[in-house]
Amino acid sequence: MFAYVLRRFAGAVPTLFIIVTIAFFMIRLAPGGPFDLERPLDPLIMENLNRAYNLDKPLLYQYGHYLWNLAQGDLGPSFTRRDFSVVDLFRTGLPVSVLLGGMAISLALIVGTFLGALAALKQNTAVDYAVVGTATFGITIPPFVIAPILSLLFGVWLGWLPAGGWSSGSLRHMILPVATLALPQIAIVARLTRGATIEALRSDHVRTARAYGLPTRIVVGVHALRAAILPVVSYLGPTAAALLTGSVVVETIFGIPGIGRYFVQGALGRDYTLVMGTVVVIAVFVVVFNLIVDILYALLDPRVRYD
Amino acid sequence: MGENKTDTILSIRGLNVSFATHDGEVRAVKNVDFDVRPGETVAIVGESGSGKSQSMMALMGLLASNGRATGSARYRDQELIGMSERRLNKVRGEKITMIFQEPMTSLDPLYKIGRQISEPLIHHGGLLSAAQARPRVLELLRLVGIPDPERRIDSYPHELSGGQRQRVMIAMALANNPDILIADEPTTALDVTVQAQILALLAELQSRLGMAIVFITHDLGIVRRFADRVYVMRSGEVVEEGATEALFSTPKHAYTKMLLEAEPTGRKAPPPANAPILLEGRNVEVTFTIGGGFLAGEPLMLRAVNRISIALKKGQTIGIVGESGSGKSTLGRALLRLLPSDGAIRFGGRDISTAGREEMRPLRREMQLVFQDPFGSLSPRMTIGQVITEGLLVHEPSLSGKDRDRRAIEALREVGLDPAMRNRYAHEFSGGQRQRIAIARAIILKPKVVVLDEPTSALDRSVQKQIVDLLRDLQQAHDLSYLFISHDLAVVRAMSDYIIVMKQGQIVEEGPTAEIFDDPREEYTQTLMAAAIDVTKFRAAAPS
Repeated sequence: MFAYVLRRFAGAVPTLFIIVTIAFFMIRLAPGGPFDLERPLDPLIMENLNRAYNLDKPLLYQYGHYLWNLAQGDLGPSFTRRDFSVVDLFRTGLPVSVLLGGMAISLALIVGTFLGALAALKQNTAVDYAVVGTATFGITIPPFVIAPILSLLFGVWLGWLPAGGWSSGSLRHMILPVATLALPQIAIVARLTRGATIEALRSDHVRTARAYGLPTRIVVGVHALRAAILPVVSYLGPTAAALLTGSVVVETIFGIPGIGRYFVQGALGRDYTLVMGTVVVIAVFVVVFNLIVDILYALLDPRVRYD
Repeated sequence: MGENKTDTILSIRGLNVSFATHDGEVRAVKNVDFDVRPGETVAIVGESGSGKSQSMMALMGLLASNGRATGSARYRDQELIGMSERRLNKVRGEKITMIFQEPMTSLDPLYKIGRQISEPLIHHGGLLSAAQARPRVLELLRLVGIPDPERRIDSYPHELSGGQRQRVMIAMALANNPDILIADEPTTALDVTVQAQILALLAELQSRLGMAIVFITHDLGIVRRFADRVYVMRSGEVVEEGATEALFSTPKHAYTKMLLEAEPTGRKAPPPANAPILLEGRNVEVTFTIGGGFLAGEPLMLRAVNRISIALKKGQTIGIVGESGSGKSTLGRALLRLLPSDGAIRFGGRDISTAGREEMRPLRREMQLVFQDPFGSLSPRMTIGQVITEGLLVHEPSLSGKDRDRRAIEALREVGLDPAMRNRYAHEFSGGQRQRIAIARAIILKPKVVVLDEPTSALDRSVQKQIVDLLRDLQQAHDLSYLFISHDLAVVRAMSDYIIVMKQGQIVEEGPTAEIFDDPREEYTQTLMAAAIDVTKFRAAAPS
């Protein structure tokens, strides 16, 4: 298993290299640059700025320079936020996004699997229909609708919770953004769990467990649910990577200082290093979470072995 | 206590099973009576859909959620039909146990077999923990003949062969010394030699432990060697019952007679000695590569077909016999150039070993293939007429739609189907009819060689016989050459004039059919024959 993990990490290096390369040249294809403001700058200042940020050098030199710094863990200075390096920005923003996303994904996992399993066990009853109906609703309503509604309802009208802001991560400020992030995921996880549980309950080995007079809690808890959790695990891998790296919508609407905003802001402002930094962070998260999923899979299902 | 109480431990009276479906209620079991006495072996025989499994599922409380059972099934003093799940759990797994047809999927793939065997011990045998159950589990594994039980107890199901998994199921079934063991087609999914071992094991365990066995099967050969009494079921009803010997020697019901005569009969005469060789393979070798690649190390090379030479004459049928994994299907596909292979392949005197796709295309119509699975091999979205004429579009593109339709009618008539059915879809046909359609699809192209890959394995015996007759008639009418791939020796014997026995990619023995069957030289062939057609009983003595 250890050799497998090492091999996977070695395999991730070329993947990341290709992603970085494509992203580097694609952002440069976009017209304009970081210092093109509405009122053009003085050509001399422009020249100085370009020289300071190496933008006057050939593109290939800049690319090599970026790769060299990246290998040393340096994501470069931000072009639009003077005095901040990209690493500085992530150092403060990433923990916020990871905390928010982590809570959302945990909530989705716990509530989603519970509801899904419940619906499967009560298949074709009112409970089942209620779960499936709510889940379908949860998937169809996008977060940019949910977020303002929650904010309006609980923040403004009822006044139970703050309508926005972060306040250094107090629990009260986290409830609404976490709920917004988690709701669609709860819906998806519930649907996945329900389908997988129904299939598992019909499988031959569950029939065996029943034929041997095992109590329902063993038949369901031991023999059906473990099989049913497998598709949920494979879904949660990429989803976790996406949630932990921040959500533009949620961070913007609730005014949360995460890194989700940087991708859009960086792209619009042609902040080359900030965009590249976001790409690298997301890519690393995706690679790492896919690996975690594969390892979890091997732990849950003995038929999967990587050695 | 009346005599009945001591005489029977399971008494089923007026049992009905029905399923609520979209097309209304389907009655799977209609008002049947069964009796099981202590220590005896009762066989319930019938073809697919006869209700033989569902009648037992009903008393075990294992019907699908849309199923409903009425009537009575008394185990000793307890009525099982309508019993609460909680009380039923005290009976099933302890007093009545069950093993199933699918050894591959009946065990939970996620848990070690030791744990799975210990579950019924823990839940019925008192306060045992997994550690306390371990010695008993080892004892059970030893009892069912699992080699090296100390190591195997920590195996996962996928690490065991099909036969071993069925042994594990039997160990689970015996864990609490049950009164009745229900065996639902326990050997159908296994190779013949393994099948014989499992049946011998069951017979031996029964004589040692004295439980009654209810044996559900479609295989009359097994019934004859194994059962004391037989119930014959058809369309949900018991049509005949009686002691095995009496039933086999003087069957009363027409359906029983038909089942007994369903064994494929007749023999095929070899082609004339001067018949030209049509398809020839010399030192054919097929190697599969498993795994390997970037950072994954050396790939595993699997030689599925190992230097096999074969010559199929015009009008000949060569039967290729072997157990699963012997490479028989791979050989058939390699000879048709559907798989890359080494060695020389000649068709009609022409070397085709290196022919490319374009070169092969005109030859393809003369080399056809019929598959085992009549359900998976027909497109569900095309009418039968479209399915069987599809090959004509490629090989005879000049034909008009009307001509194609005429050919479809001819082909369907030839395989004994009503041509009016050509506008229907595959799902509207039975397994036997679908196999006829697959055959029609092959012969419409007027081929010279047809590779038949287990064409009868998925079919009931009575249908098998019809397909065998059909294939032999078509061979005569069109002077076809067949490569007949099968693990079913009775069918191979009726179809082939020459037989090749394969094991692990190699030829073990080959020769004319009569020679192989009557005087097999190799030990492996002898085991195979003994397992398949030996009529001696498995049990030493029938209980009185």
